[in-house]
Amino acid sequence: MTVSSPPVKLEKPPQNYLNWAFGIKSWLLTTDHKRIAILYLITVTLFFALGGLAASLVRFELITPQGDLMSADNYNKSFTLHGMLMVFFFLIPGIPAVMGNFLIPLMIGAKDLAFPRLNLASWYVFMVGGLFTMTVIVVGGVDTGWTFYTPYSSTYSNGAVILAALGIFAAGFASIFTAINFVVTIHKMRAPGLTWFRLPLFVWAHYATSIIILLGTPVLAITILMVGIERMFKIGIFDPALGGDPLLFQHLFWFYSHPAVYIMVLPSMGVISELITAFTRRRIFGYKAIALSSLAIALLGFLVWGHHMFVSGQSVYAGLVFSAITFMVAIPSAIKVFNWTATLFKGTISFTTPMLYALGFIGLFTIGGLTGLFLGAAAVDVHVTDTYFVVAHFHYVMVGATIMAYMGAIHFWWPKITGKLYNEGWGISSAIIIFVGFNLTFMPQFIMGYLGMPRRYYAYPDEFQIYHIASSAGAAILAFGYVLPLFYLLYSLFFGPKAGDNPWNAKGLEWTTASPPPHENFEETPIVTEEAYAYPVPQKAEVTSGA
Amino acid sequence: MAHNQPSVVAPYFRDIDQQREANTLGMWVFLATEVMFFGGLFMAYTVYFFNYPDAFHEGSRELNLILASINTFVLLTSSLTMALAVRSAQTDNRKWLIIFLIATIVLGLVFLGLKGVEYGEKFQHHLVPGPHFEWDGSFFYEVQLFFGLYFATTGLHALHMIIGVGVLTYFVFKAFRGHFTSVSYDPVEMVGLYWHFVDIAWVFIFPLYYLIDRTIQ
Repeated sequence: MTVSSPPVKLEKPPQNYLNWAFGIKSWLLTTDHKRIAILYLITVTLFFALGGLAASLVRFELITPQGDLMSADNYNKSFTLHGMLMVFFFLIPGIPAVMGNFLIPLMIGAKDLAFPRLNLASWYVFMVGGLFTMTVIVVGGVDTGWTFYTPYSSTYSNGAVILAALGIFAAGFASIFTAINFVVTIHKMRAPGLTWFRLPLFVWAHYATSIIILLGTPVLAITILMVGIERMFKIGIFDPALGGDPLLFQHLFWFYSHPAVYIMVLPSMGVISELITAFTRRRIFGYKAIALSSLAIALLGFLVWGHHMFVSGQSVYAGLVFSAITFMVAIPSAIKVFNWTATLFKGTISFTTPMLYALGFIGLFTIGGLTGLFLGAAAVDVHVTDTYFVVAHFHYVMVGATIMAYMGAIHFWWPKITGKLYNEGWGISSAIIIFVGFNLTFMPQFIMGYLGMPRRYYAYPDEFQIYHIASSAGAAILAFGYVLPLFYLLYSLFFGPKAGDNPWNAKGLEWTTASPPPHENFEETPIVTEEAYAYPVPQKAEVTSGA
Repeated sequence: MAHNQPSVVAPYFRDIDQQREANTLGMWVFLATEVMFFGGLFMAYTVYFFNYPDAFHEGSRELNLILASINTFVLLTSSLTMALAVRSAQTDNRKWLIIFLIATIVLGLVFLGLKGVEYGEKFQHHLVPGPHFEWDGSFFYEVQLFFGLYFATTGLHALHMIIGVGVLTYFVFKAFRGHFTSVSYDPVEMVGLYWHFVDIAWVFIFPLYYLIDRTIQ
């Protein structure tokens, strides 16, 4: 036995989940959802850094029109690695496995998730997936793009496709484990009095996300398995030369991977609902509409995958139907944006760091969502398919929305997680730097995409250079903005002032317990008697709505 | 080792009912993911069956209907013994719990054994996809695709059986030590649900692969 959990009886600081037990073993074998969230936070940050590194290689290469920094092969490997790491190892687990893991039991007044050991297993399976992906880098990379289209991936690519597939397979199961935990916990472990329509919208969003993970991820898993089988045994499941149908792969892949976009963005919408209410000190406008629109997005999100395949050769009629349903998904998304905006109206807004991220989210998500409608229109899509327009669109949703919300969440709940306050001045500057850097990176990509710059090319005609330089410059600013919080957040960990239980004076059960929370989350199980976001109604509004 | 009451309910649950409801819902949710997991293979089957009906009929005739029928009977019976095992756990009947668990394991192993015999036949007849695949009739690639899907689907099913047998074996030991009582029978019920799922998956696999064209020639 190694030295584990020595009984430190200082009695000075109150017991919390951080000083509850000590030693590496107490972390690696923990079943405490809060500690597992920290494990996820560290690993996910590492993967984000690696994915960012791959992205900077791509942006460096694209500064000049000629392919001079690296070979075409290495360029392909760089953007594949970037996509794989960011999508499967950062964006999908990001908010659910870190913030959701930490907060859901606290928000619903439970002691832990329903299956704590499954929760720990999720992290280990995730790490195995990460290990496979790291091995891929070591043995020479993979060049299929994160979409693994067949028959290139199954027959022709000589990269480490099977290893990469195993990595994604494992990461997928990690998220399935998390989702099972969330669904069961939200159904069965809410505190007395906490009815469904009293739940924070963060919890609703994670419930909807979990449903998507549960129904979608297994399909991706079996699809990847089939690609692996095809590659190993040379059965033409997806290879037209052997009687297979490559379109089937695309259908199965996007059946998961389109809803996966909502796996990335729904939790961030949950975050935004929390941030907006806390910093406008208002009840959310249209609680039920936002809650139910999460479920509507989960449901409709499963019926639009064909809009990734407008030019793939699927039937025109299928394309029409997919296009129509794609427009329908915009409705629940718009409901959310309008309700957040309406919540701001006449609110007492304070422009703190998390609030800046939330406001940035609303703007960027709106741009990302509206350009999604361009792409959902089959005729326009034909023109911009596989151009930088698409790249810019999904980065506005994935980075502009999801990462903004992730950063906002980290800042908002940092005092709860660590018990320390970070420096607001640094926080605000990094939020602004990220917002500026992001727009400078991706706005030019809309333009050059519309002008015809195809994605995934390492060399390009001179006329696009100006946009690429702007984009690369923006990426540098963006990278600086992402590195900055690493320093002042870590600094606050050691030197920051104590946060107190509720530094933002926000509503929600998680703010009623200590910061950092005790091992059991609450001294005694709370009893809920009011709605979510029960902020005091402002005087003027009371007069007007008094009738 | 006598069952000690306090450890039956995990500390993060309010009471045993909450724990049981959580376990049951968790298992059902997991089975939903399993349905989607197998669903991908059934989807591929459906697409290619409609693309190449003749090839699939010809491939299907090469499968061993007799062994598979016996296997279907064996597996359905194992679901019965599994259900009886759950019942025995609920009624504190340790002896019959152990007997029924072992019976389920034995039936599961019989199924896997017969499946192994079937796989062996396919090897001998060069019907395993890959470089040694041989097919004299038309539709070489299409029939190979059929057998590819056959091995993928039944192989995945067999893998689930092996996992089930493993868990059941572990449970026999736990049952010997008296872990399962009328209060703490959940784990047996959960593995029972899993076993029934694997059974039902076979109920779909069997007709789709073995029975699509059995008119007398």
